Amino acid sequence: MTVARFWREIPQRYNLVGTKCETCGAVFFPPRTLCPHCRRDGKIVPCKFSGKGKVMTYSVIHSASDQYFDLKPYVLAIIELEEGTRVTSHVICEPDDVYIGMPVKSVFRVLDCDGPDGVIHYGTKFTSDV
Amino acid sequence: MRDVAIIGAGITKFGERWSTSFRDLCTEAGIAAIEDANVAGEQIDAMFVGSMSAGRFVGQEHVGALVADYVGLGGELHIPATRVEAACASGGLAFRQAVAAVSSGMSEVVVAAGAEKMTDVGDSTDVLAGAADREWESFAGATFPGLYAMIACDYIHKYGLTREQLAQVAVKNHYHGARNPYAQFQNEITQSTVMNSTLVASPLRLFDCSPVSDGAAVVVICPLERAHEFTDTPIKVLASAQAGDTIALHDRPDFSTMGATVAAGNSAFRQAKLQRKDIDFVEVHDCFTIAELCAIEDLGFVPKGTAGKFTEEGETQLGGKLPVNTSGGLKSCGHPVGATGIKQIWEVVQQLRGEAGKRQVEGAEIGMTQNVGGTGATVVSHIFGRV
Repeated sequence: MTVARFWREIPQRYNLVGTKCETCGAVFFPPRTLCPHCRRDGKIVPCKFSGKGKVMTYSVIHSASDQYFDLKPYVLAIIELEEGTRVTSHVICEPDDVYIGMPVKSVFRVLDCDGPDGVIHYGTKFTSDV
Repeated sequence: MRDVAIIGAGITKFGERWSTSFRDLCTEAGIAAIEDANVAGEQIDAMFVGSMSAGRFVGQEHVGALVADYVGLGGELHIPATRVEAACASGGLAFRQAVAAVSSGMSEVVVAAGAEKMTDVGDSTDVLAGAADREWESFAGATFPGLYAMIACDYIHKYGLTREQLAQVAVKNHYHGARNPYAQFQNEITQSTVMNSTLVASPLRLFDCSPVSDGAAVVVICPLERAHEFTDTPIKVLASAQAGDTIALHDRPDFSTMGATVAAGNSAFRQAKLQRKDIDFVEVHDCFTIAELCAIEDLGFVPKGTAGKFTEEGETQLGGKLPVNTSGGLKSCGHPVGATGIKQIWEVVQQLRGEAGKRQVEGAEIGMTQNVGGTGATVVSHIFGRV
């Protein structure tokens, strides 16, 4: 991912900050600048999430793209945050330990880097919150 | 709106076509389709080309113009050619655009092509991941098999699908593909082939996944009322439907139900004024084994959670109640992504003409297609009938 493309989303990637529609109360992560329910009647404001959630579904990735080749096998999951929205992310645990309904919390981690001399991408992953 | 008919269909052999370029694949299928339709270049009004990512697979954009040029419709005839993109549904959507052009009266004879040259790139996994949300799914580690694996995980949790039932989808599609001379894999396999293959994204294994393929398919359409000028066996387009959904899987209310398939299917049946029982066979988008099970449920052929049993009982194989993917599906016939939607329609044409050889569905009168982009953010569905 190019430097600017990653950089512009650092607030969301580092801190799990999404958005909320004050009209209908829906919360969004990744952030949306338009509420799909209220559209132009919506009022979008930033919303910081607690980072606590649970695993809705998951897979252990054995065949990765070049970006995460060195991490495989890794656990990928869709996590529902306690505020109600969902996020796709790594779960840091042994492949055999993940299960549907597993409580998780967000943590700040290195995602990858653009080669040995390239930019290091940091972001959010999840870990067990039992 | 005018009724529309298919008057010709052509295809290349699907597979690892190392010696054939993107443009030559298109030409090979295009000549086959145009010869089949018995039309002259001067009679063609427009062309639509479905391609997911020629830009990343072969570094070539502007493929509408490229293909028109190399099939002899660009340079002297100046026929307008438009590229259509909706990830793996690009082919089906190119066909739908062609139908719109003819049914509206804007054009008379239109070519709909689909093509992809996937083996010229190293990291095809990353290119395909662009069919999902690049910034919030793919960058977070989601591969395409990984996303469908999460659908499978959810489905198994809710409905108790067995590993054998899931494997049977691939076994059945290889059985069909072994009877299709254009298929990438023309060999039969067993459940143990699938269950002992390497893990890609649990619970999906290598033989749950469609392959990386090169190939092209082309059909030619015109107003139904003119179809007999070109062919004795026109195939009527009974319905053309398309529906959308959220780009990311995580934003869907139910991971195991593809809302766009439900919506497109309902729309198609309404347009055609047909019931589910009227469909003799269906070509669905089995990019992964789990996707075929969801598809036949979401199109309304069987209740949710029962497609595994339906498949295990042989009902989706030739001779069953509802033959599914007689072409071999994406799994066995191959999945050159932009070509797949047109290949599905090519297969329906072969079946409805009674020219499908060893994989012929006896007495086939009405066939259906379902072509998916991404994890279901675009679904295109068509119904066809004999005239």
